[in-house]
Amino acid sequence: MGKKNMVMELKDFTFTYAGASKPSLNKINLPVEKHKITAMIGPSGCGKSTLLRAMNRIHDLYPGNTYEGKINLYTKDGQVQNILELKKENDFIKLRQQVGMIFQKPTPFPMSIFDNVAYGLRLSGLKNKAELEERVEKALKGAAIWDETKDRLKESALGLSGGQQQRLCIARAVALKPRVLLFDEPTSALDPISTGAIEELIAELKTDVSVVIVTHNMQQASRLSDYTAFMYLGNLEEFDKTDKIFLNPKKKLTEDYITGRFG
Amino acid sequence: MNRLVLNKIILTLSTLSALIGITFLFWILATLTYKGIMSISWAIFVNDLVNGGIRNLLAGQFVMAILASFIAVPVGMMAGIYLREYGHGSKLASIIRNLSDVMMSAPSIVIGVFVYALLVDPFGSYNGYAGIVALAIMMIPIIISTTDNMLSLVPTELREAGMALGGSKHKIIVQIVIKAAKVGILTGILLSFARIIGETAPLLFTSANNQFFTMDLSGQFPSLTVSIYNLATYPDEASRELAWAAAFILTIIVLCINLVGRFLIRNKK
Amino acid sequence: MGGQFFRHFSFFSATLSFFLLVGIFAILFTYAQEALAEFGIDFLSADTWEADEDDEGGVFGGYIPIIGTLLSTFIAMVIAVPLAMGIAIFLTEVASENLAKPVSIAIELLAAIPSIIYGMWGLFYFAPIVQSIFGGNGVGLLTAGIVLAIMIIPFMAAITRDAMNTTPNILKESAYAMGATKFEVIKDVIMPYSKAGIIGSIILALGRALGETMAVAFLIGSVMSTVKHITDPTTSIPVLLANNFAEAQDLEMSAMYYLALILFVVSFIIISMAKFYFLGRKSAVK
Repeated sequence: MGKKNMVMELKDFTFTYAGASKPSLNKINLPVEKHKITAMIGPSGCGKSTLLRAMNRIHDLYPGNTYEGKINLYTKDGQVQNILELKKENDFIKLRQQVGMIFQKPTPFPMSIFDNVAYGLRLSGLKNKAELEERVEKALKGAAIWDETKDRLKESALGLSGGQQQRLCIARAVALKPRVLLFDEPTSALDPISTGAIEELIAELKTDVSVVIVTHNMQQASRLSDYTAFMYLGNLEEFDKTDKIFLNPKKKLTEDYITGRFG
Repeated sequence: MNRLVLNKIILTLSTLSALIGITFLFWILATLTYKGIMSISWAIFVNDLVNGGIRNLLAGQFVMAILASFIAVPVGMMAGIYLREYGHGSKLASIIRNLSDVMMSAPSIVIGVFVYALLVDPFGSYNGYAGIVALAIMMIPIIISTTDNMLSLVPTELREAGMALGGSKHKIIVQIVIKAAKVGILTGILLSFARIIGETAPLLFTSANNQFFTMDLSGQFPSLTVSIYNLATYPDEASRELAWAAAFILTIIVLCINLVGRFLIRNKK
Repeated sequence: MGGQFFRHFSFFSATLSFFLLVGIFAILFTYAQEALAEFGIDFLSADTWEADEDDEGGVFGGYIPIIGTLLSTFIAMVIAVPLAMGIAIFLTEVASENLAKPVSIAIELLAAIPSIIYGMWGLFYFAPIVQSIFGGNGVGLLTAGIVLAIMIIPFMAAITRDAMNTTPNILKESAYAMGATKFEVIKDVIMPYSKAGIIGSIILALGRALGETMAVAFLIGSVMSTVKHITDPTTSIPVLLANNFAEAQDLEMSAMYYLALILFVVSFIIISMAKFYFLGRKSAVK
């Protein structure tokens, strides 16, 4: 994988939670390829969510964590930016507009459907009403939820079903036109049908964004992703094309996990 | 950038308001401690109000608060038990729960007026019993609320396990559920005791006050808080000093009981 | 103790709150009858309070203490609401855990201090400051309102903090993940999410301010006169009751009960509103 195709790259990334005596992540090296889906799998507590949450620096909401190494973000104009060097609030805001995040549970804000999707756009300074409406519609269409919501845009988002809410959250993130979308077990709170819809959506998203997804569900990883990273006890044990990891893993540990011998 | 500046301003204002809050706490405690220590002496603990001391007042205030607790704790706990264990989920329980919460916030002076009409007016004189009843009325809703909340934290499985062993409902409540919730309930009792021992308004025209040491509840009964109110507004310096000393002691008592309550609940966690 | 007895005793105890509420209303209403018959609804707008020489009759109107109660509460709320919100925001979103804990305890201790202490401190230490800044003679409406505010701030801040704390972390994180600043997260996510609890806490504090006796008694001046200037001394319903109830006779006594009834009904309505509309789940004494 050449650098040209990369959107993010972690180099010897080590992360320690505030007050912890040893790091939760040890020297992680992981490339994130453009317009591909990268899945992170591993047993609970292996650090996959911790890793994901470092990639938009959401960890920084809680003070005292320490970072080492590098997380490079390759910007549109070909610049390289180590996001671990960011210090100012404004830089965090810019980072998070480029690297969006979807959480374990749907997190609609207590406001209307329209305002939910327009929220990030308004924060970034977009005021023109016609343009807002256009971008919101486009985002809702992109998240395959336009038909269900177009007649009730002014209603509270809390009235949607769980699956719809999660697609709304994806629309909300997509509206900002991020370069990377981070999914933290996005279907763990959903029923199988909603899960199928979300998976389909994520697969379609990769024409516009690069996706990193943390999942507990091995089938999900194998169905969806192009690359898979297997993590264990804070280490990145194996990273490769998804079919290689699932069909022909190099390490015994990976094989044991994938075949369900532990986890 | 505009948004960031606004953010800074709001967060600074918020920090400032916390600072103001803390400043007032220290200001009040500092003046209280200063004036209290200046005016406190061994003599005030061995003399009654009539001789410039507060011995009878402390005794009276504690007697009334403790006897009020003897009424309020069993009644409030039993009511809380009804709400959580017997009437749980019923319409009646939810109405009573709400009414009890309303009672908790009823103006204390109105409770004083009510008890005056009930227990002072018909007998023609202020009496300690009326003070006790007024304090108990203040305390009951607090105990109900605490008991109710603490019982709600006891896992249902514990009750079911007791049932499965063949225990009868009231034995399970007494022997298992209450035991499991006892630290929380005890904390609630301590905090509500701290609340009523500092009350003045419900005592003004129920127990009123007494300059002498007495344990006779059928007559005017000595009260520390009522005395503070009277003494502080007298023009002479000696009365004011005694008021400061009494206020200082009252605050220490109230804050200590609060801290003990918090310490209990923290240790449990 | 038998199971039946235990059950019945608990049921009886539970219904006691109901009988107390009804009892208080009935007693106040009965004792206020004389004044109700004599003055009717005009009692609310009449500003004379004068007993006859023989103490048996007189003209009594509740306007002055009613307005005094409303104005002192209003001043207290204007000061307390922004400060309490600020403190709650500080405790939940600004301070680190190591700082939030002791500050939280301090705020709760401030809420536990008996109101008579606030009144006394206010009279000797705060009234002179108000006097030197705003004029007047120290005690009066403004001083009472400010000290009342100081007294209800910790209470309001503590409940608001608890309400804000119910906002799920993941919801806040989602807003941050969209590039929101802390203030935007507070304004757009935390406040709307905990709106009901926050309004409930404000109304509960309002109820407390309306019925507060001792903190105001030291400071409002306790004189039966209308306020023309914000620093003027006046009186409030609880203060009038505290100072004059015991000496009143006949019709004047009945007028006092009338005032107590008004106060009771108004706080009942306010607190019920807070409970039924805004505080779905109850907030116990913390």
